[in-house]
Amino acid sequence: MSNITIGIGDLKVCRAPDVLVTYALGSCVGICLLDATVSIGGLSHIMLPESTSGVNGASTPMRFADTAIPMLIRQMESMGASKARMKAKIAGGATMFATASDKFNIGERNIAAVKKVLMANRIPILAEDTGLDYGRTQFFYPETGIMEIRAAAKGIKQF
Amino acid sequence: MLKNFEELSPVAIDCLKEIGNIGSGNAASALSAMLSKPVTMHVPDVRVLDYQAAIDEVGGPEKVITGILVTFKGDIKGMIMFLLEDAFAKIVVNTFMGKDNVDVLKMDETDFSAVKEMGNIMGGSYLNALAALAGFTVSMDVPSMTVDMMGAIMNAPMTEFSEVGDKVLFIDDGFIIDGVSINSSIILIPEMESLDILMKKLGVN
Repeated sequence: MSNITIGIGDLKVCRAPDVLVTYALGSCVGICLLDATVSIGGLSHIMLPESTSGVNGASTPMRFADTAIPMLIRQMESMGASKARMKAKIAGGATMFATASDKFNIGERNIAAVKKVLMANRIPILAEDTGLDYGRTQFFYPETGIMEIRAAAKGIKQF
Repeated sequence: MLKNFEELSPVAIDCLKEIGNIGSGNAASALSAMLSKPVTMHVPDVRVLDYQAAIDEVGGPEKVITGILVTFKGDIKGMIMFLLEDAFAKIVVNTFMGKDNVDVLKMDETDFSAVKEMGNIMGGSYLNALAALAGFTVSMDVPSMTVDMMGAIMNAPMTEFSEVGDKVLFIDDGFIIDGVSINSSIILIPEMESLDILMKKLGVN
């Protein structure tokens, strides 16, 4: 069993008992997908809602909800997973700083974009720990389907 | 027109370093006056880093840090983020509130405001340096502050300035307050158009 770390704007897939982890989600959202039948899991750490909103959308598809999630699904499928069996758990999308700038609602916009893409792909969301104002580290255990969230001031929670 | 930090010439980087130097000096004086304690600063080390490197430089994504975000506008626009170790908040809260060794994750509203106010003063110090050197008028917004994981804090500038690229101007410059050494870092992110204006004004584009 090994821990596989997913950086900002990256995504990885694995088979149980490997564990997926992404550190310190702020306004970013971490999307865990699991096909429990074949024990294949994936985690995508997105920064922004839509690839059309960024200048480098085409060259950095893993940063955006609309392009990263389909990539994650395809990678899991190429390992033998089935989209029809996939279930999702998501975390992040916090508002780290209370300011007037519109762009700082990015956390809420990220959550909305992730939900839209998952719905379009008919992948149900089994659990979420999103919004509010604090950072989250996300562990995903494809073996059990458990998503574990660690926050600086809030301790550890399992979903 | 500059598109990102990678296009800055070595002379332009030196120029930004000098702004960092003067800003740090101003900030040390202002902090010393507020805290009624001697404050000196290390000579700042100014580098252009990508976000991941900046996060690692400060101690990794899960390191808990005080982040104070100041946005500014006027002749130039952008954002300054102060990243301060726990010891900084502890000294400020001790000085103003008389509390020893406060848990920075559990500060009450007044403790929090006191620390934020120091960020306000430091933000002003840097912006004054910038404004004085370039002859700009710059005003800053009310700062906002959070104590949380470094990686999560960095999401704010990363998303706000994602169109600018993956690089930030990273100023590493600890303070020594009353003999206590405190690591601090400053991330300066002007909008690219503003950086272009600044460089032209200083004659180094």
